[in-house]
Amino acid sequence: MSENLIEVKNLKQYFPVRAGFKTLQLKAVDDVSFTVGKGETLGLVGESGCGKTTVGRSILHLYEPTAGQVFFEGEEITKKNIAEMRKKMQIVFQDPYSSLNPRMTVEDIIGEPLDVHKLYSNKKERRERILDLMETVGLNAEHATRYAHEFSGGQRQRIGIARALAVNPKFIVCDEPVSALDVSIQAQVINMFEELQEKLGVAYLFIAHDLLVVRHISKRIAVMYLGKIVEIADADELSDHPEHPYTQSLLSAVPIPDPKIARERQRIVLEGDVPSPLHMPTGCPFRTRCKYATEQCAKECPTLKDKGNNHLVACWNR
Amino acid sequence: MSEYDVNKTPKKQVLSMQLDLSKFEKATEEEKKQQDVMSESTTFLKDGLRRLRKNRLAMASLIVLAIILVIIIVAPMVVPYSYDEILKVNGVRDKGAKNLAPFTYSVLEQEYIDAGNFRFPHIFGTDEQCRDYFIRVVYGTRVSLVVGFFASIIVLIIGLIYGSISGYAGGRTDLIMMRIVDMIYSLPDMLVIILLSVVLGSVLKFKGGSFLASIGANMISMFIVFGVLYWVGMARLIRAQILSIKENEYVLAAKSIGAKPGRIIRKHILPNCLSVIIISTALQIPSAIFTESYLSFVGLGVSAPMPSLGSLANAAREGLQSYPYKLVFPAVAICLVVLSLNLIGDGLRDAFDPKLSR
Amino acid sequence: MNEENEVLLSVRDLHTSFKTDAGTVQAVNGVSYDLKRGEILGIVGESGSGKSVSAYSIMQILADNGNISGGQVLYKGEDITKWNEHKMRDFRGKCCSIIFQDPMTSLNPVFTIGNQISEAIRLHTDKKGKEIKERAIEMLELVGINEPERRFKQYPFELSGGMRQRVMIAMALACEPDILIADEPTTALDVTIQAQILEEIQKLQKKMGMSVILVTHDLGVIADMCDNIIVMYGGRICERGTADEIFYNPKHEYTKGLLRSIPNISNMKKKLVPIAGTPINMLNLPAGCAFCTRCDAALKVCLTEQPEELWINENHKAACWMNIKEALDEGKGEA
Repeated sequence: MSENLIEVKNLKQYFPVRAGFKTLQLKAVDDVSFTVGKGETLGLVGESGCGKTTVGRSILHLYEPTAGQVFFEGEEITKKNIAEMRKKMQIVFQDPYSSLNPRMTVEDIIGEPLDVHKLYSNKKERRERILDLMETVGLNAEHATRYAHEFSGGQRQRIGIARALAVNPKFIVCDEPVSALDVSIQAQVINMFEELQEKLGVAYLFIAHDLLVVRHISKRIAVMYLGKIVEIADADELSDHPEHPYTQSLLSAVPIPDPKIARERQRIVLEGDVPSPLHMPTGCPFRTRCKYATEQCAKECPTLKDKGNNHLVACWNR
Repeated sequence: MSEYDVNKTPKKQVLSMQLDLSKFEKATEEEKKQQDVMSESTTFLKDGLRRLRKNRLAMASLIVLAIILVIIIVAPMVVPYSYDEILKVNGVRDKGAKNLAPFTYSVLEQEYIDAGNFRFPHIFGTDEQCRDYFIRVVYGTRVSLVVGFFASIIVLIIGLIYGSISGYAGGRTDLIMMRIVDMIYSLPDMLVIILLSVVLGSVLKFKGGSFLASIGANMISMFIVFGVLYWVGMARLIRAQILSIKENEYVLAAKSIGAKPGRIIRKHILPNCLSVIIISTALQIPSAIFTESYLSFVGLGVSAPMPSLGSLANAAREGLQSYPYKLVFPAVAICLVVLSLNLIGDGLRDAFDPKLSR
Repeated sequence: MNEENEVLLSVRDLHTSFKTDAGTVQAVNGVSYDLKRGEILGIVGESGSGKSVSAYSIMQILADNGNISGGQVLYKGEDITKWNEHKMRDFRGKCCSIIFQDPMTSLNPVFTIGNQISEAIRLHTDKKGKEIKERAIEMLELVGINEPERRFKQYPFELSGGMRQRVMIAMALACEPDILIADEPTTALDVTIQAQILEEIQKLQKKMGMSVILVTHDLGVIADMCDNIIVMYGGRICERGTADEIFYNPKHEYTKGLLRSIPNISNMKKKLVPIAGTPINMLNLPAGCAFCTRCDAALKVCLTEQPEELWINENHKAACWMNIKEALDEGKGEA
């Protein structure tokens, strides 16, 4: 196995929420640990509100984590070194519309990280670097002076990726980078991520809700539910032998673009809704919707246990 | 299968195409490119101006305002009377030139003209103190516009600083700053204006000849009144704007790049508030003019002999039945100025506010 | 024609355009299709393909700057584009209902769920007082909402996204319409909730025997749900046919490209084959096939002339010049 690039240890991210006179803790991320190897892609899937976006942002200290540690190549990321660390870690956002400043030209958007970290000695060098980056992500040089709103979603996402690449990062958090794009454009962007990885050796934390996309791009996949990771395994292992009941139903719920498979397949339709993260159930967070739930599930929260093959599951019944 | 049968005759018979086999060759990349045209590059400003130019009402208002501006700048140079000058003919005070109707002359003036001399006509007539009314209305408009403009600038400066600190800092700072705003907001407008203008009127005294004195203590107190009272609205607006812009992912993106707060405010937040700031300032001007006219009308505005549109209208009240035109001219001037400024402000908002025009 | 194959709704050469600042956008450009009783018809396409607009045109609920500039919509043989607003109001809800993508904004936040469903029932039936409430609760139960009596008194903000979409479905079906238009009904929902809602729609469709027009961009949902599929691009229909024909025997370059470009079970290990280029600029449609600028196989004729829809087989029609070229090449081979 390759050496760990990112190591997340017991990461917790709570947000205070005022409810009437009380202040409740919203446990967006609750005790999450995982690693990402060099040049590897870890997929992170889960439904909205499960805390997957928060994990990505907490790693980059865009939120100050409540507890836990994040290591980059063995060095702990702290408030002090975060400015330096942001040269090595970057993020690509979900919404290509709101993540680009509408008053800036493409050149200035991609050039901003260069400006902030003073990564050039003269104007010419800056310009060359920007054009270089634009070429890397498949944008024409003549687009440099245009504004972001003149581009389609896919092109905007390319601009966002070029911005992230400007500092030559080793690790990029991809926060649902394709879910806002048209179907016919998604593949372009997915392929680009893969090509960039081959060429530059960057590692990704690929956050998405679309299991098929995640499975296509990731080496390993982690499944989150209500702020906790319930299962981590290699992509194929997870898809073929899901252990956790939530993963099972998630996999069976994914609409597969193949009418024959769709007709034969039995959906495991989950009853009910995700509980509010403000009022988490005791014990295992999934037990309210789980058909295997026992008394033990209500009492204690299961931790991730290795089932062999690097397949980790957090379930009392597995 | 009839359900797919579409009652539509093909525009071209497919068979007729068969002959032209050259058309069925593969298209080259260039040929494809020709079909694929990216729409013309527009900047935010260009796009907004284009929309503004299409707005006929706003453009007409702009023209009206431009005409008014030209008149109030040029008229004092052309018209040989001054706003506080009692009319004289050949150095003799013309006591008959009281309350003249537009384009009429007094007895003395008529004799003067009959003697072959030129006398500039009284376009709007004269007032009860034998002063040329046109030039007074022109000066009144000048005063009103200046008050409106500077009052808005003062409001903008205070509101911008207060609002952006409150909005960017957030948390407890924001809470306290906004409660102060709420308190000021809850004071009755008129009471504060009247109190302040009475107090400032007696406190503010400037040495003769200084710049401030030439503006007049009264006018300056007017600016202060507006500044103190109306910045709260502006501060709230700018705070709200900053709060919503802060939520945008590009601000988070800038943070993730490692940009410092100063850079984020300068490069990302302010440029995106700019349109709202400009628009609300533009809409602030007419409301300030209106309030100024109103204050002058009740006698709390600029001090005599300096006219303002409101004080002119007030003075015209007395002889309303005999000389209605004396009320009509300043009233029409107020209407034109306020209406055109309002319409321009609206036009700017429609053209530049991204929330309304996507 | 027997009951089974009765054509409920047929759209004939529909043109819908929008006036914008930058010019007129022809969002739907000569679209024709038939909807049979009890059928689930899927309309698939990306944003700007005109799939939603064509559905909105049926209901005549276009935005203010849009209008139907040509064509007919025949409901049981009557052209409803000629109907007045009064008649249309009756048509909406009673004959044809729509559910929208975003369940968060399509319910009025100041009224209770019960209030809103009752309103829909009161408008279109002659039920009174208690009957209305009974019917509303029955509907809530029908769409799988537990404790319908309690939910009846709740406000939209008290319900989750999936619940709200169920309420929307209950409202849409309260007057037993013949046609349900579902415009991206599950796009805003999570995968597990999406599965619930799709299941529910399928179940209700069978139970009530209505026809469904399912508008979506998600080929997975389409494959799961639909009998017949229409693929749209740039305001025109590229291809139509049964689900199996479209997925296993695509005859339009756009459909082929789309199927190659989406991750699927079968292509997990392979690189995806993306469709090149950027989405179509509706203000600047090419003279020929709308897809020609992004099509790898584009012919010269594709750039200049619009292809006609031709029968591929009895269950399948496609509008692509490649099919004619293939026929020509075959003909040459034989000769």
